[in-house]
Amino acid sequence: MLLRHTTKDIKEREALAINPAKTCQPVGAMYAALGIHGCLPHSHGSQGCCSYHRSALTRHYKEPIMAATSSFTEGSSVFGGQANLLQAIDNIFTIYEPDVIAVHSTCLSETIGDDLTQIVEKARDGGKIPEGKHVIFCNTPSYVGSHVTGYSNMVSGMVQLLSESTGVKNDKINLISGWVEPSDMREVKRIANLMDAKFTLFPDTSDVVDAPQTGSYTMYPKGGTKVPDLIASGDNKATLAFGEWATKDAAIKLENKCKVPFEVTELPIGVRATDRFIMKLSKLAEVAIPDAITTERGRLVDMITDMQQYLHGKRVALWGDPDQLIPMVEFLLDLNMKPVYIVSGTPGKKMHQKLEEMLLPVVPEAKFKNGIGADMYLMHQWIKNEGVDLLIGNTYGKYISRDENTPFLRMGFPILDRVGHSYFPTVGYMGGLRILEKILGLIMDKQDAESTESEFELVM
Amino acid sequence: MSTDNKTNIFPDTSELIEEILNKYPSKVAKKRSKSLVSNDPEKDQEIQANIRTIPGIITQRGCCYAGCKGVILGPTRDIINIVHGPIGCSFYAWLTRRNQTDAGVDGENYMNYCFSTDMQDTNIVFGGEKKLETAIREAYEMFKPHSIGVFSTCPIGLIGDDVHAVSRKMKEELGINIFGFSCEGYKGVSQSAGHHIANNGIFKHVVGLNDTDPGGKFKINLLGEYNIGGDSFVLEKYFEEMGITLVSTFSGNSTMSQFENAHMADLNAVMCHRSINYIAEMLEQKYGIPWIKINFIGADATAKSLRRIAEYFEDEELMAKAEAIIAREMLEVKATIEDVKTRTEGKLCMMYVGGSRAHHYQELFGEIGMRTISAGYEFGHRDDYEGRKVLDSIKIDADSRNIEELEISKEEANWREDLVEKKTALKNKGYAFSDYDGMMPDMEKNSLVIDDISHWETEKLIEYYKPDIIGAGIKEKYVIQKYGVPLKQLHSYDYGGPYAGFKGAINFYNDIDKMVNTKIWGLIPPPWKNEPELVAKMADAAY
Repeated sequence: MLLRHTTKDIKEREALAINPAKTCQPVGAMYAALGIHGCLPHSHGSQGCCSYHRSALTRHYKEPIMAATSSFTEGSSVFGGQANLLQAIDNIFTIYEPDVIAVHSTCLSETIGDDLTQIVEKARDGGKIPEGKHVIFCNTPSYVGSHVTGYSNMVSGMVQLLSESTGVKNDKINLISGWVEPSDMREVKRIANLMDAKFTLFPDTSDVVDAPQTGSYTMYPKGGTKVPDLIASGDNKATLAFGEWATKDAAIKLENKCKVPFEVTELPIGVRATDRFIMKLSKLAEVAIPDAITTERGRLVDMITDMQQYLHGKRVALWGDPDQLIPMVEFLLDLNMKPVYIVSGTPGKKMHQKLEEMLLPVVPEAKFKNGIGADMYLMHQWIKNEGVDLLIGNTYGKYISRDENTPFLRMGFPILDRVGHSYFPTVGYMGGLRILEKILGLIMDKQDAESTESEFELVM
Repeated sequence: MSTDNKTNIFPDTSELIEEILNKYPSKVAKKRSKSLVSNDPEKDQEIQANIRTIPGIITQRGCCYAGCKGVILGPTRDIINIVHGPIGCSFYAWLTRRNQTDAGVDGENYMNYCFSTDMQDTNIVFGGEKKLETAIREAYEMFKPHSIGVFSTCPIGLIGDDVHAVSRKMKEELGINIFGFSCEGYKGVSQSAGHHIANNGIFKHVVGLNDTDPGGKFKINLLGEYNIGGDSFVLEKYFEEMGITLVSTFSGNSTMSQFENAHMADLNAVMCHRSINYIAEMLEQKYGIPWIKINFIGADATAKSLRRIAEYFEDEELMAKAEAIIAREMLEVKATIEDVKTRTEGKLCMMYVGGSRAHHYQELFGEIGMRTISAGYEFGHRDDYEGRKVLDSIKIDADSRNIEELEISKEEANWREDLVEKKTALKNKGYAFSDYDGMMPDMEKNSLVIDDISHWETEKLIEYYKPDIIGAGIKEKYVIQKYGVPLKQLHSYDYGGPYAGFKGAINFYNDIDKMVNTKIWGLIPPPWKNEPELVAKMADAAY
């Protein structure tokens, strides 16, 4: 047993987190910053954070993940990191020549109270920021929220420091990406293009963290939302933001700053969340929904009708981030599956409310928790008390999967031991087909592996 | 650009160094120039190392916490390591280093778990000591471990939480061994400070607690071997076959009770000099146990190290056993080399790894005919580059001055006068103790030695040398492979291994052969890029 010390007996814990279902803010900010073209993320803290965050993203994408750091020493930790950041900005522009440096903080610089606004101002006054180049920043204290909060803060920082309103509106809409894979961002763009919507998607990590092998390395790959488009986002006529946790703050800021009205929609995972996305996009962009999309939807519904016998009543445990979990739970319910255990380390009361509304009338036995104390250890204990048929979450679930002999669908961040997540979407109807294909594959593989010889089936 | 075919000597590097430095702001160039050395093994050259990282330069380095918790204490299976801080530090060190362990059927093994106090903003404002106390109590009540380690992260030192006082208090209350580490990420300039802090902590709180004789004629500790990909498992088998009692390994496949008993050994064999030389020195100062440098990376190095250990014990039978293993294993080693070398001979490699492997792996590459044109450490000190002979001339700068040096005094009760005498006698016969010559004397003339390499420097080196393979870590891997150059991860072994010992050497030769000769490197340019005429004709036809 890999997790042999995990007991069935559940003791209330106040202070000890075990096997967290979250990580800390800066990695989310780093990921968001990679969604700007020509941008180098910068971690204002001691260098361990930056190395860990780059490593985590690299292991997830099997791609180069670039970022610089202020490399605090004990001296700067006591007297402030201003000198480090000023030096870093100068060095980065001189050596690595990005268009944008996107600075985030860590628990170190936040605890000592470094004022990023003032430091960046000083860099500007000191001529350290070349003409036409940008330094944007956001505060990402690791002791607040989770990696999702960090993502949200960096996206808000983009709006706060780049978006501008000229007073003349255009007919584009802003699509603000939640923390999803480059494959998902590409899928959202494909759908928007199919619908003939004019849009700016940001951040956009497609063609950044899924770059091709060409035999030559480019520090700033061709992808990423371009700075002029980010600036112009203030003139776009409306915003559609994907996911409360990751994007709502940015949408609000853009409305406050540039009077761009917004709507928040769930990440388009599953049938109904995708339906809502399509309809909202159609309304905001004032475009019709083409037959091609109706056909894609029909294909997904067709697969569900064909395969529902394998899905009905199956118990599922999920962990991850609220923006993914909420539509995923809705999708599972539409498949007649039973999401019985759900944890997310990311805080936010709304998750509990939404799950309560959605889940309890149909699956009254469901247990769910998010924020402090909601970790994978607790979820595993629930599973030990009554097992499930399927696990859905990040790579850390493989230990539970092996111990409990339970099929396991990898979704979320990080996925360290499989590939595909960066190339094939989980959003949209096509993403729905992929999720469904994977779930059915897992359930059928288990049936094939465990059926007796006489029960073994050729056709399923 | 590789070597001069006539002389077979690497080319002069001054132009390359100049080109690298030219891009830097002048202050940076001045500083970096002292960390890039064109090697001359005949001369005593000085390299600048173990100094602060230049902000914004894109370093490979990590932090003190990673060196302490991640490297040294992480591989010990029966201690609950509670990370006191926000969630990230414990999350990123959760199963990401491949320290394998064999916990047996019912053994304690907490390595698959991640424990944290998950500090929130209120803990930053009002202090986190109470939460830490509660977390320790909860860990004890749930798991009943016999040891708990507490690791400080960046904010802990700033807000003034005293992890040592809390640990003492909880040790008293719960009656198990509980101790803390002040390994805040900003201490020192790299992982290295964390090694030192971990060495001190284990030595103060664990080593020497159990005086039971572990038994056996030949008792050794293996220091600085972390069982990445099963390396120590390979070595454990050789020791078992030779009749050597492995009292403890710091810290691959280890338990706390091994550490408690470590002072019962007759010899310390040091593998990773950087991370563990402190414990080697302290074990000698306190108990009189001598240490030798060994290296089990490379077949020849393994043979040499087994012989060195056997020679120390001056036992005919032991020496015969060592020779028997070497003779047996070398058959397969030689056969593999003969085959692999036909495809790897003359190829060039570069290596930028931690504080030890950039040296050790040069032997392995050398065994299949590959030459190291450039190498460096992330966080080695001058003694790792230049040898321990420079120890006295190393000045500890302001950034590392606050790392505690323990005052160690002789412990009469367990003092090994017999070993002190043995050391003197052997030394007179030319047997070397407490020795490490460092990496630079083993490298070829004009090879480029670089400390704390930056991304920019890596880029220039690839352009200039067009190496056949680079050994580095996960952050470099995909950057370098985008250039069409394979990168062998020498921290995680790319999820393969073991690479230690004879078996490991064979694995390594084969893995390198596969990497440098895999077909995909030839398929990178699409065929239509090589046939411009076809494109022209098609384009013409379209009109």
